[in-house]
Amino acid sequence: MALDIAFWLLAVVSVVAALAVVLLRDVFRAALSLVLWFVTVAGLYITLSADFLAAVQILVYVGAISILLILGIMLTRDVQRGSPTNKLRVPAFLVALLFLGTVGFAVFNTPWEISAVEPTTPTTAALAGKLFGETGYILSVEIAAVLLLAAILGAIVLAREK
Amino acid sequence: MSVGLEHYLVLSAILFAIGLYGALAKRNTIAILLCIEIMLNAVNIAMVAFSRYVAPQQLTGQVFAIFIMAVAAAEAAVGLAIIMAIYRQRGTVDPTEIDLMKR
Repeated sequence: MALDIAFWLLAVVSVVAALAVVLLRDVFRAALSLVLWFVTVAGLYITLSADFLAAVQILVYVGAISILLILGIMLTRDVQRGSPTNKLRVPAFLVALLFLGTVGFAVFNTPWEISAVEPTTPTTAALAGKLFGETGYILSVEIAAVLLLAAILGAIVLAREK
Repeated sequence: MSVGLEHYLVLSAILFAIGLYGALAKRNTIAILLCIEIMLNAVNIAMVAFSRYVAPQQLTGQVFAIFIMAVAAAEAAVGLAIIMAIYRQRGTVDPTEIDLMKR
Protein backbone atom coordinates (compact mmCIF):
# COMPACT_ATOMS: atom_id res chain seq x y z
CA MET A 1 0.00 0.00 0.00
CA ALA A 2 1.24 3.46 -0.93
CA LEU A 3 0.59 4.94 2.50
CA ASP A 4 2.68 2.23 4.21
CA ILE A 5 5.63 2.78 1.86
CA ALA A 6 5.37 6.53 2.47
CA PHE A 7 5.33 5.97 6.23
CA TRP A 8 8.42 3.75 6.24
CA LEU A 9 10.35 6.11 3.95
CA LEU A 10 9.44 9.15 6.08
CA ALA A 11 10.19 7.25 9.31
CA VAL A 12 13.68 6.24 8.17
CA VAL A 13 14.51 9.73 6.85
CA SER A 14 13.17 11.43 9.99
CA VAL A 15 15.14 9.19 12.38
CA VAL A 16 18.33 9.70 10.34
CA ALA A 17 17.78 13.48 10.23
CA ALA A 18 17.08 13.65 13.97
CA LEU A 19 20.24 11.64 14.69
CA ALA A 20 22.17 14.02 12.43
CA VAL A 21 20.85 17.00 14.44
CA VAL A 22 22.09 15.40 17.66
CA LEU A 23 25.39 13.91 16.45
CA LEU A 24 26.80 16.51 14.00
CA ARG A 25 29.43 18.76 15.59
CA ASP A 26 28.78 21.71 13.25
CA VAL A 27 25.72 23.52 14.64
CA PHE A 28 24.87 25.03 11.24
CA ARG A 29 24.71 21.60 9.57
CA ALA A 30 22.64 20.36 12.51
CA ALA A 31 20.18 23.21 11.89
CA LEU A 32 19.98 22.31 8.18
CA SER A 33 19.19 18.67 8.98
CA LEU A 34 16.61 19.96 11.46
CA VAL A 35 14.92 21.72 8.49
CA LEU A 36 14.91 18.38 6.61
CA TRP A 37 13.42 16.77 9.73
CA PHE A 38 10.62 19.39 9.88
CA VAL A 39 9.77 18.57 6.25
CA THR A 40 9.54 14.83 7.01
CA VAL A 41 7.24 15.61 9.96
CA ALA A 42 4.98 17.52 7.55
CA GLY A 43 4.99 14.40 5.33
CA LEU A 44 4.01 12.26 8.32
CA TYR A 45 1.08 14.63 8.95
CA ILE A 46 -0.03 14.09 5.35
CA THR A 47 0.04 10.29 5.82
CA LEU A 48 -2.15 10.88 8.90
CA SER A 49 -4.60 12.87 6.69
CA ALA A 50 -3.91 16.11 8.61
CA ASP A 51 -3.53 18.36 5.57
CA PHE A 52 -3.96 21.70 7.35
CA LEU A 53 -1.37 20.78 9.99
CA ALA A 54 1.10 19.76 7.27
CA ALA A 55 0.74 23.18 5.65
CA VAL A 56 1.12 24.90 9.03
CA GLN A 57 4.21 22.78 9.76
CA ILE A 58 5.84 23.92 6.49
CA LEU A 59 4.88 27.57 7.02
CA VAL A 60 5.72 27.89 10.73
CA TYR A 61 8.63 25.49 11.21
CA VAL A 62 10.36 25.22 7.81
CA GLY A 63 9.59 28.87 7.04
CA ALA A 64 9.84 30.82 10.27
CA ILE A 65 11.38 28.92 13.19
CA SER A 66 14.29 27.49 11.16
CA ILE A 67 15.16 31.01 9.96
CA LEU A 68 15.05 32.20 13.58
CA LEU A 69 17.33 29.34 14.72
CA ILE A 70 19.81 29.83 11.86
CA LEU A 71 19.92 33.56 12.63
CA GLY A 72 20.66 32.69 16.25
CA ILE A 73 23.49 30.37 15.16
CA MET A 74 24.96 33.09 12.90
CA LEU A 75 24.93 35.64 15.71
CA THR A 76 26.49 33.37 18.36
CA ARG A 77 28.80 31.34 16.18
CA ASP A 78 31.46 29.37 17.97
CA VAL A 79 33.26 27.82 15.00
CA GLN A 80 36.23 26.31 16.82
CA ARG A 81 34.24 24.51 19.47
CA GLY A 82 31.19 23.51 17.44
CA SER A 83 28.69 21.55 19.49
CA PRO A 84 30.54 18.91 21.54
CA THR A 85 28.87 16.65 24.08
CA ASN A 86 29.34 17.27 27.78
CA LYS A 87 30.52 14.77 30.38
CA LEU A 88 26.96 13.57 31.04
CA ARG A 89 26.84 11.77 27.68
CA VAL A 90 26.50 8.23 29.03
CA PRO A 91 23.87 9.03 31.72
CA ALA A 92 21.90 11.04 29.15
CA PHE A 93 21.99 8.08 26.76
CA LEU A 94 20.78 5.78 29.54
CA VAL A 95 17.94 8.18 30.45
CA ALA A 96 16.83 8.37 26.80
CA LEU A 97 17.00 4.56 26.51
CA LEU A 98 15.00 4.17 29.74
CA PHE A 99 12.37 6.61 28.42
CA LEU A 100 12.15 4.71 25.12
CA GLY A 101 11.77 1.39 26.93
CA THR A 102 9.04 2.72 29.23
CA VAL A 103 7.02 4.31 26.43
CA GLY A 104 7.45 1.27 24.18
CA PHE A 105 6.26 -1.01 26.99
CA ALA A 106 3.22 1.23 27.57
CA VAL A 107 2.39 1.45 23.86
CA PHE A 108 2.52 -2.29 23.26
CA ASN A 109 0.61 -3.23 26.43
CA THR A 110 -2.32 -0.83 26.07
CA PRO A 111 -5.43 -2.10 24.26
CA TRP A 112 -6.00 0.92 21.96
CA GLU A 113 -9.57 1.42 20.76
CA ILE A 114 -8.95 1.94 17.06
CA SER A 115 -11.92 3.60 15.39
CA ALA A 116 -12.96 2.22 12.00
CA VAL A 117 -14.45 5.57 10.90
CA GLU A 118 -12.78 7.27 7.94
CA PRO A 119 -11.00 10.52 8.95
CA THR A 120 -12.34 13.93 7.99
CA THR A 121 -10.89 15.35 4.75
CA PRO A 122 -10.21 18.18 4.19
CA THR A 123 -9.65 19.16 7.80
CA THR A 124 -9.46 22.96 7.44
CA ALA A 125 -13.18 23.74 7.82
CA ALA A 126 -13.63 21.22 10.63
CA LEU A 127 -10.60 22.60 12.48
CA ALA A 128 -11.91 26.17 12.12
CA GLY A 129 -15.22 25.02 13.61
CA LYS A 130 -13.35 23.39 16.49
CA LEU A 131 -11.12 26.41 17.16
CA PHE A 132 -13.58 29.27 16.74
CA GLY A 133 -16.98 27.59 17.21
CA GLU A 134 -19.44 28.08 20.06
CA THR A 135 -18.48 24.86 21.85
CA GLY A 136 -14.86 24.87 20.75
CA TYR A 137 -11.58 26.23 22.04
CA ILE A 138 -12.12 29.97 21.44
CA LEU A 139 -10.95 30.95 24.96
CA SER A 140 -7.69 29.00 24.47
CA VAL A 141 -7.18 30.68 21.09
CA GLU A 142 -7.47 34.10 22.71
CA ILE A 143 -5.12 33.09 25.54
CA ALA A 144 -2.64 31.87 22.90
CA ALA A 145 -2.81 35.30 21.25
CA VAL A 146 -1.96 36.98 24.58
CA LEU A 147 0.86 34.46 25.10
CA LEU A 148 2.36 35.24 21.67
CA LEU A 149 2.14 39.01 22.34
CA ALA A 150 3.84 38.59 25.72
CA ALA A 151 6.53 36.36 24.17
CA ILE A 152 7.29 38.88 21.41
CA LEU A 153 7.49 41.78 23.88
CA GLY A 154 9.67 39.70 26.19
CA ALA A 155 11.99 38.71 23.35
CA ILE A 156 12.38 42.37 22.29
CA VAL A 157 13.10 43.48 25.86
CA LEU A 158 15.63 40.66 26.40
CA ALA A 159 17.50 41.05 23.11
CA ARG A 160 17.62 44.87 23.05
CA GLU A 161 20.93 46.65 23.47
CA LYS A 162 21.10 48.42 26.79
CA MET B 1 1.10 -5.87 9.12
CA SER B 2 -0.10 -2.54 7.81
CA VAL B 3 0.95 0.70 9.47
CA GLY B 4 -1.19 1.54 12.50
CA LEU B 5 -1.29 3.64 15.64
CA GLU B 6 1.55 1.73 17.33
CA HIS B 7 3.97 2.51 14.48
CA TYR B 8 3.41 6.24 14.81
CA LEU B 9 3.63 6.12 18.62
CA VAL B 10 6.92 4.18 18.55
CA LEU B 11 8.35 6.54 15.91
CA SER B 12 7.30 9.50 18.06
CA ALA B 13 8.93 7.91 21.13
CA ILE B 14 12.18 7.24 19.20
CA LEU B 15 12.32 10.86 17.99
CA PHE B 16 11.53 12.16 21.50
CA ALA B 17 14.30 9.99 22.97
CA ILE B 18 16.79 11.31 20.40
CA GLY B 19 15.79 14.87 21.30
CA LEU B 20 16.00 14.09 25.03
CA TYR B 21 19.52 12.69 24.66
CA GLY B 22 20.59 15.76 22.70
CA ALA B 23 19.02 18.22 25.13
CA LEU B 24 20.82 16.56 28.06
CA ALA B 25 24.20 15.90 26.43
CA LYS B 26 24.96 18.91 24.18
CA ARG B 27 27.35 21.69 25.15
CA ASN B 28 25.92 24.40 22.93
CA THR B 29 22.77 26.24 24.01
CA ILE B 30 21.50 26.63 20.43
CA ALA B 31 21.92 22.87 19.86
CA ILE B 32 19.90 22.26 23.02
CA LEU B 33 17.18 24.53 21.60
CA LEU B 34 17.19 22.48 18.36
CA CYS B 35 16.77 19.28 20.40
CA ILE B 36 13.87 20.80 22.36
CA GLU B 37 12.17 21.57 19.02
CA ILE B 38 12.63 17.88 18.10
CA MET B 39 10.95 16.84 21.36
CA LEU B 40 7.97 19.19 20.85
CA ASN B 41 7.41 17.99 17.29
CA ALA B 42 7.69 14.32 18.33
CA VAL B 43 4.86 14.91 20.79
CA ASN B 44 2.85 16.52 17.98
CA ILE B 45 3.24 13.38 15.86
CA ALA B 46 1.77 11.30 18.71
CA MET B 47 -1.11 13.79 19.13
CA VAL B 48 -2.03 13.71 15.43
CA ALA B 49 -1.71 9.90 15.35
CA PHE B 50 -4.17 9.60 18.26
CA SER B 51 -6.49 12.04 16.51
CA ARG B 52 -6.34 9.97 13.30
CA TYR B 53 -6.76 6.49 14.76
CA VAL B 54 -8.81 6.86 17.99
CA ALA B 55 -11.25 9.72 17.23
CA PRO B 56 -10.99 10.50 13.48
CA GLN B 57 -14.07 12.76 13.36
CA GLN B 58 -13.32 14.93 16.41
CA LEU B 59 -9.89 16.42 15.49
CA THR B 60 -9.13 17.25 19.14
CA GLY B 61 -5.57 15.98 18.82
CA GLN B 62 -4.96 18.27 15.87
CA VAL B 63 -6.27 21.26 17.86
CA PHE B 64 -3.80 20.37 20.64
CA ALA B 65 -1.02 20.12 18.05
CA ILE B 66 -1.83 23.65 16.85
CA PHE B 67 -1.60 24.99 20.41
CA ILE B 68 1.72 23.17 20.91
CA MET B 69 3.01 24.86 17.73
CA ALA B 70 1.98 28.31 19.04
CA VAL B 71 3.67 27.71 22.40
CA ALA B 72 6.78 26.27 20.69
CA ALA B 73 7.07 29.39 18.53
CA ALA B 74 6.91 31.59 21.64
CA GLU B 75 9.47 29.34 23.35
CA ALA B 76 11.90 29.56 20.42
CA ALA B 77 11.64 33.36 20.27
CA VAL B 78 12.14 33.91 24.02
CA GLY B 79 14.84 31.22 24.26
CA LEU B 80 16.88 32.75 21.43
CA ALA B 81 16.49 36.22 22.97
CA ILE B 82 17.83 34.89 26.29
CA ILE B 83 20.76 33.21 24.50
CA MET B 84 21.52 36.48 22.66
CA ALA B 85 21.51 38.46 25.91
CA ILE B 86 23.80 35.93 27.65
CA TYR B 87 26.14 35.79 24.63
CA ARG B 88 26.43 39.57 24.54
CA GLN B 89 27.19 39.78 28.27
CA ARG B 90 29.47 36.76 28.73
CA GLY B 91 30.64 35.84 25.21
CA THR B 92 29.77 32.16 25.44
CA VAL B 93 26.93 29.80 24.54
CA ASP B 94 28.30 26.89 26.58
CA PRO B 95 25.71 25.94 29.25
CA THR B 96 28.47 24.55 31.52
CA GLU B 97 29.96 28.08 31.67
CA ILE B 98 26.61 29.81 32.21
CA ASP B 99 26.52 29.20 35.97
CA LEU B 100 25.36 32.51 37.47
CA MET B 101 22.65 30.79 39.53
CA LYS B 102 25.00 28.15 40.95
CA ARG B 103 27.13 30.64 42.91
